[in-house]
Amino acid sequence: MSDKFTKSMARNIFYGGAVFFFLLFLALTYDSSRAFPDRDHRQNITEKVALGKAIWERNDCIGCHTILGEGAYFAPELGNVYKRFGNSKEAIIAFIKSRPKEGVPGRRSMPQFNLSDEELDAVAEFLKWSSEINTANWPPNIQG
Amino acid sequence: MQYQSQSVAKLYFIAAIGLFVGQILFGLVLGLQYVIGDFLFPEIPFNVARMVHTNLLIVWLLFGFMGAAYYMVPEEAETELFSPKLAVLLFWIFLVAGALTVLGYLLVPYATLAEITGNKLLPTMGREFLEQPTITKIGIVIVALGFLFNISMTILKGRKTAISMVLLLGLWGLAVFFLFSFYNPDNLVLDKYYWWWVVHLWVEGVWELILGAILAFVLIKVTGVDREVIEKWLYVIIALTLITGIIGTGHHYYWIGTPEYWQWWGSVFSALEPIPFFAMVIFAFNMVNRRRREHPNKAAILWALGTSVMAFLGAGVWGFMHTLAPVNYYTHGTQITAAHGHMAFYGAYVMVVLAIISYAMPILRGRAAANSNKSQVMEMWSFWLMTVAMVFITLFLTGAGVLQTWLQRVSDNPQPFMVVQEQIAIFYWMREIAGVVFLIGLVLYIWSFFIGGEEQTVNA
Ligand code: HEC
Ligand code: HEM
Ligand code: HEM
Ligand SMILES: [Fe+2]
Repeated sequence: MSDKFTKSMARNIFYGGAVFFFLLFLALTYDSSRAFPDRDHRQNITEKVALGKAIWERNDCIGCHTILGEGAYFAPELGNVYKRFGNSKEAIIAFIKSRPKEGVPGRRSMPQFNLSDEELDAVAEFLKWSSEINTANWPPNIQG
Repeated sequence: MQYQSQSVAKLYFIAAIGLFVGQILFGLVLGLQYVIGDFLFPEIPFNVARMVHTNLLIVWLLFGFMGAAYYMVPEEAETELFSPKLAVLLFWIFLVAGALTVLGYLLVPYATLAEITGNKLLPTMGREFLEQPTITKIGIVIVALGFLFNISMTILKGRKTAISMVLLLGLWGLAVFFLFSFYNPDNLVLDKYYWWWVVHLWVEGVWELILGAILAFVLIKVTGVDREVIEKWLYVIIALTLITGIIGTGHHYYWIGTPEYWQWWGSVFSALEPIPFFAMVIFAFNMVNRRRREHPNKAAILWALGTSVMAFLGAGVWGFMHTLAPVNYYTHGTQITAAHGHMAFYGAYVMVVLAIISYAMPILRGRAAANSNKSQVMEMWSFWLMTVAMVFITLFLTGAGVLQTWLQRVSDNPQPFMVVQEQIAIFYWMREIAGVVFLIGLVLYIWSFFIGGEEQTVNA
């Protein structure tokens, strides 16, 4: 690098650039926050949906599944599973409930979580709410 | 060793390597579960093995960073560490807390762990990479604060070099952004938005400062090139990192309920993120070419050059591959992501930690400037085995990811996830074989520490 370009110039670009772009990031975050309510339909986050998210986390569903494309890549995407299952909470509940304790021989298996009826309903409600987030048309098709 | 207190780094480095072995063993378990679905089920379900694999990775890299700081800062500041006792105490706290957490993952169901650790009071668990019980997270913050206090005080009382300031800034940033792991709103969209402030702003932000500082330190030591030149490069690289990487966070804000303008901001800025990685390659090779001394530690030089190249490939090239919104629309959350994640983490962070260990460990062990030739040859074998294995892991996952994307998302008859996974199983088998080669490389790496012989001295 040329001698005219000194270390202290480089340092100033670093500090100036970092501060400027961090402030820009905060400004974009502020603007996004004002746009969120329209897209995340937060008015529909009921106590049940919140409970559903807590159960989702408590059982680490994200450790095998993705939701909105983030998580683990071992098992199906669940952001749109409500739609894939024909807009049916019952189908989701039946699926989770029916996992064999010892797994399915030779096949990737999902644990039996022994959730109560209330918990099952809450998780399904959370997945229904998730499927209604405005995700800019992602995923490309129903298979997730 | 110029300062007695640098010796605490040795503890940290040994723990880092030990946990690295654990990480890889669980990686192999995961890889087998991909193809033999019920392997170890229900004793160790996939999600549990995965959290052990990824959390061990993060924790051993943190041990590596802390060890690096304890080694580098006294030498840079030209003074003893503020408190070596505190460094040793924090080491044991961190190690025991980490071990208890992993045992918790393995011995009780996750929901039980959440319950007994009082997750209800402040729910933070059950999110990718942030699976640790809330009390562990609080412990991490306490250890980090103690560590930062120790390092900051050392720098305050001594010489303030660019390298130590950049390192310090990176480490403080690491701790500050970790605080977002305590924010977990009921609203999944907000949760995800700020989750990336930990994950992305770590690996594509503040951690790169740590990476740059460690690399610059090793290069000064092994090449003898003028500090002014090296530190100028360092500032340029990290300036590019933050200028592109902060807004680059937008490449995670395409499909999670965030406004659509992020597709533009994210694509444009993250497409520039490879530039600092490319600069790092030029930097490393340039400095080695202009070296003013023949340092006998060839292995350390190999790791330093290797980290720049592999970070560029893994983060720069594989990152660019799926970072533009129209591409990411199809590849989001597939094996392409896993391919990139593996090579980027290995290239940027695993290798830089191994570089500083390679440089510092012989000195910490009271050997002259480098290990014997025999030991270095073994270490270089391990370099090539692990690195080539990682290249193949990445290629096989990329193959799997391309097919997955095609069959499940692009073709006219999109097929269900599980059906697609079965069709691409061959790639997962090959990944597993490459993983075994990686493990062999790691065994040779550890073996190289136990090879004696005549030590190499500096001939300046
Ligand atoms: C150990 C890994 C694992 C964990 C943890 C896990 N799952 Fe699953 N899940 C799977 C696998 C594997 C499948 C596919 C099963 C099959 O097709 O045979 C699946 C399928 C599903 C499906 C059906 C998806 C479809 O499109 O067919 C739903 C719904 C589901 N899981 C919900 C959950 C919820 C809710 C949780 C958390 C309470 C959870 N899973 C935790 C592995 C897991
Ligand atoms: C023996 C070699 C390894 C094998 C077989 C292996 C296997 C795996 C598997 C199967 C997953 C889970 C993917 C999923 O979620 O579906 C995973 C995740 C992960 N592994 Fe490895 N791994 C290995 C080595 C490594 C190494 C050396 C690193 C670090 C450099 C690493 C870092 C990660 C990371 C960061 C994730 C999370 C991936 C993501 O979310 O994209 N692994 N690994
Ligand atoms: C050393 C630096 C980097 C590391 C360690 C790293 C690691 C990772 C990991 C682990 C993930 C998966 C996160 C998850 O589990 O959801 C990821 C995702 C991603 N990374 Fe990186 N990365 C780095 C740099 C980059 C760069 C420079 C780019 C762009 C040029 C990039 C582009 C992406 C994109 C677009 C995703 C999202 C993938 C998806 O949609 O599923 N990364 N990265
Ligand atoms: Fe990112």
